[in-house]
Amino acid sequence: MQARQKDSLLVASVKDSLGAAVITFALACVMVGLRVDVASGRGAELFLEHRWLAVAVAVLIVFAGRLAMNIFFWKREDPPSLNLSGLMPKGGLGANSSNIIKYGLLGLAVVLPFVLMFWLGARGSRQYIDLAILVLTYVMLGWGLNIVVGLAGLLDLGYVAFYAVGAYSYALLAHYFGFSFWLCLPLAGILAAFWGIILGFPVLRLRGDYLAIVTLAFGEIIRVVLLNWYQFTGGPDGLSGIPRPSFFGLEFSRGEGGFASFFGLDYSSIHRIIFLYYLIFAMALFTNFVTMRLRRMPIGRAWEALREDEIACRALGINTTNTKLTAFALGAMFAGFAGSFFATRQGFISPESFTFLESAIILAIVVLGGLGSQIGVVIAAIVMIGGFEFFREFEEYRMLVFGMIMVVIMVWKPRGLISSRTPSVALSKNAKGISADLVQEGHG
Amino acid sequence: MDYFLQQLINGVTLGSIYGLIAIGYTMVYGIIGMINFAHGDIFMVGSFVALILIVALGITAATPVLLLILALALVLVVAMALTAVWGWTVERIAYRPLRGSFRLAPLITAIGASIALQNFVQVSQGAKNKPLQPLFSGSFQLTDGGADGSGFIVNLSYIQILIVVTTVILMGGFTYLINNTNLGRSQRACEQDRKMASLLGVNVDRTISLTFVMGASLASVAGLMFLLYYGVVDFYIGFLAGVKAFTAAVLGGIGSLPGAMLGGLLIGLIETFWSGYFSVEYKDVAAFSILAIVLIFMPEGLLGQPEVEKV
Amino acid sequence: MSTWDNNPVLKVEHLTMRFGGLTAINDLSFNIGRGDITALIGPNGAGKTTVFNCITGFYKPTEGRLVMNRSNGEKHLLERMADFKITADAKVARTFQNIRLFGGMTILENLMVAQHNPLMVASNWTVGGLLGLGGYKKSNVDAIETAKYWLERIDLIDRADAPAADLSYGDQRRLEIARAMCTGPELLCLDEPAAGLNPKESLELNNLLQYIRKEHDTSVVLIEHDMSVVMEISDHVVVLDYGVKISDGTPEFVKNDPHVIAAYLGVEDDEVDQVEEEVGIV
Repeated sequence: MQARQKDSLLVASVKDSLGAAVITFALACVMVGLRVDVASGRGAELFLEHRWLAVAVAVLIVFAGRLAMNIFFWKREDPPSLNLSGLMPKGGLGANSSNIIKYGLLGLAVVLPFVLMFWLGARGSRQYIDLAILVLTYVMLGWGLNIVVGLAGLLDLGYVAFYAVGAYSYALLAHYFGFSFWLCLPLAGILAAFWGIILGFPVLRLRGDYLAIVTLAFGEIIRVVLLNWYQFTGGPDGLSGIPRPSFFGLEFSRGEGGFASFFGLDYSSIHRIIFLYYLIFAMALFTNFVTMRLRRMPIGRAWEALREDEIACRALGINTTNTKLTAFALGAMFAGFAGSFFATRQGFISPESFTFLESAIILAIVVLGGLGSQIGVVIAAIVMIGGFEFFREFEEYRMLVFGMIMVVIMVWKPRGLISSRTPSVALSKNAKGISADLVQEGHG
Repeated sequence: MDYFLQQLINGVTLGSIYGLIAIGYTMVYGIIGMINFAHGDIFMVGSFVALILIVALGITAATPVLLLILALALVLVVAMALTAVWGWTVERIAYRPLRGSFRLAPLITAIGASIALQNFVQVSQGAKNKPLQPLFSGSFQLTDGGADGSGFIVNLSYIQILIVVTTVILMGGFTYLINNTNLGRSQRACEQDRKMASLLGVNVDRTISLTFVMGASLASVAGLMFLLYYGVVDFYIGFLAGVKAFTAAVLGGIGSLPGAMLGGLLIGLIETFWSGYFSVEYKDVAAFSILAIVLIFMPEGLLGQPEVEKV
Repeated sequence: MSTWDNNPVLKVEHLTMRFGGLTAINDLSFNIGRGDITALIGPNGAGKTTVFNCITGFYKPTEGRLVMNRSNGEKHLLERMADFKITADAKVARTFQNIRLFGGMTILENLMVAQHNPLMVASNWTVGGLLGLGGYKKSNVDAIETAKYWLERIDLIDRADAPAADLSYGDQRRLEIARAMCTGPELLCLDEPAAGLNPKESLELNNLLQYIRKEHDTSVVLIEHDMSVVMEISDHVVVLDYGVKISDGTPEFVKNDPHVIAAYLGVEDDEVDQVEEEVGIV
């Protein structure tokens, strides 16, 4: 009996793996096995390149891999094949370990530039500090979007539009009026919030995926307008020569009156990079501070209540339209701040930086981190953006891997990496986090 | 008037393509209530499969007409089958494990799948545009442009006829399939109440898979038509076409098959007329604006069921 | 002239609600007395929940008036108000037939959300609270005290930090009532509060409602199928059938009204006499 069972396990596994191999062949035979390309010499004629070896390898890998998985995991307790989520550990990190991570990361972020400088020197550390700036920018964007998606439960796929509004506000104000970064930063936030309200107002009665798709449409409209309004925005050429920020009036420039000479340091371009690092770090912390504080206030509780049950909110006398709009406007405002930082850091912006893909990445960071979880956003941003840059050498395959990772993590942990909710107010000192299974995802 | 007629012909052709893609969106949304973000990219994969098959079979404009038609029919069938496998695989890997889970999760995996598909094609087929020499160049000249030659010449090309005729035939067959077969019945049952359907013995997983398969194969038809009509494809065509087809599905009333066809036709017409009479640059803005306006003011679409808020 | 006609907290006048061709409520008029517990009863589909949805603004009535007389003398025409304003300004709170708690939030948080409007004012619409200005801290403490008061009333004080979705069905029902009470209502509308409760929970509910009426300036109107509950606690009963009022009076009066018996037994109007005879009313 025992032997027969084992036999049938093997047979079933082989059958299943053969099926997977056949499907892989069907997928790959045309799209991998043949590559259509334009012949450079003979006009625009197309020719085919054959790569049957690649197909064979792909089919073999799938067959062997699936066979191994079948024999050792999947067919053991006969779960439905390819049910990845069933295999993975359940539940998120506890409150304690998440606290350790939180303060560990905070401490690391404070000392990071100096550690890197000490370790790698000014020249060697530059690219890593640049990467850290990028990660922090996404952390800030993620935290901003977390207000909208994580707390208020409104699915926004056009978030990058407000990032663009912030960036273009600064670039245009500096270009046409010569305003400084420090004046433009609040203005960019206000303008983005204003656009948040304008775009938010008509769409907030929509629910579910419809809201997502309308915000996507608005995001694209703003991008297409930026792309085509050549006289005002420079169209596809973008805007360049955006002024760099100053340190309380001190430019990061060589010579007299610059930051370096004022403090008696040797001039180095790394000063500005480190300054930008601490600038975005402070901006991100500010975002987090405001969000955490709002969560403990009536407006924040109303956002979360809205995510849980909109109808009940209305029955409790909450003006849901205003509540949604504040979430939308605040989220947009932080994106506007981040946008003007982006503009001043790059010195150049074009509509290309504000595609739907950016929105998708920010949303992915929020959802992968665990909706509503601030620390989750940080971890997801480090994993996604840091990991993404790590693969820079495999330029071509980067986005492909990125997309696949998005799928795999989501299938593995649909509720995100940190999936418990901390109560905003508690009577007892050691109130436990609320399991994500109970928390609603909102319908907007 | 002649210019109008020409735009009308072009719009109907474009609308047929959008309609074919829109069916995939509307069916998937109807049955599992999610926007299959990767559907636009499935359409793109379909057009690439068709292109590769055309080149592999050595089909050119020089092929005798009868053979050409037969070969294209073969390409159509094979492309439908292969693209269907792609659609099936995406559903199996990215959506099925998340069935019944958190609603945002499949949306994220859909976006992930879309990114992965785009970049897969970019890696495997290269980022360059792939131009295909026109296979049918002839056309009927409907007006002669007036005696003095100052008028507008209205052309109805063979390829346009081919596209519209194929679309009509496929949509007819498809409607029959949904309305009169067991599969269609299971599908409609799953749309109404998936749990109950499964209790009554409908194989829900299989039905959903078949929905994706059908959607993907229709998208591949659209891919072939797009290729023949525009003569050029690249790995990025899926996004815009996808959004517009989704707009079409919403405009027609999501979940409704005739609605998807009607919506596709309308979006095609609007886009063509907008480009023809206003501005080509802002034609995408027109499509996106329609999407926003329809969703805001008539979210149930033209032929959809209004959603009633339950208290 | 009955007591509820002398000093009504809510006057329903000629209320009509049509959905397309369907008339769910037809020319319905009745009064809800101040301080009374009023029961709205009737067979399934009689339009009871529709009346509630009209009162609380989730539906806009096709015709008719709903006049809320607040104890401070303010009059509100509910049919003209947005749903959230009805709770915020006219002080009408409600619960739902299928419980609508904020399941992912704690029990305490549920009660805090209900005090949203006064807290928003205390926090100067977030600005003051964010900057740490004004009396927000104190109001917050007061709000927690109010929540604790109600938690003690519904015996859930020990579970204040547990997620609402973890509660048993009966506890959820009572929490929903406590949450509605935290909005400080003058009229509390309960949609089938006793549905699905076991006898012990039912008793607890009765006590809670009696307490609310005794200790607070709150009138209660409830939809209920359980006649023992209705007869025991209500002062005034309104009976609907097919969207029309068929009886209105004290529980004693309604219990013996032949129209009510006919409606519940499901006979045609012209057979009422016969049924009455059989039941032995005449």
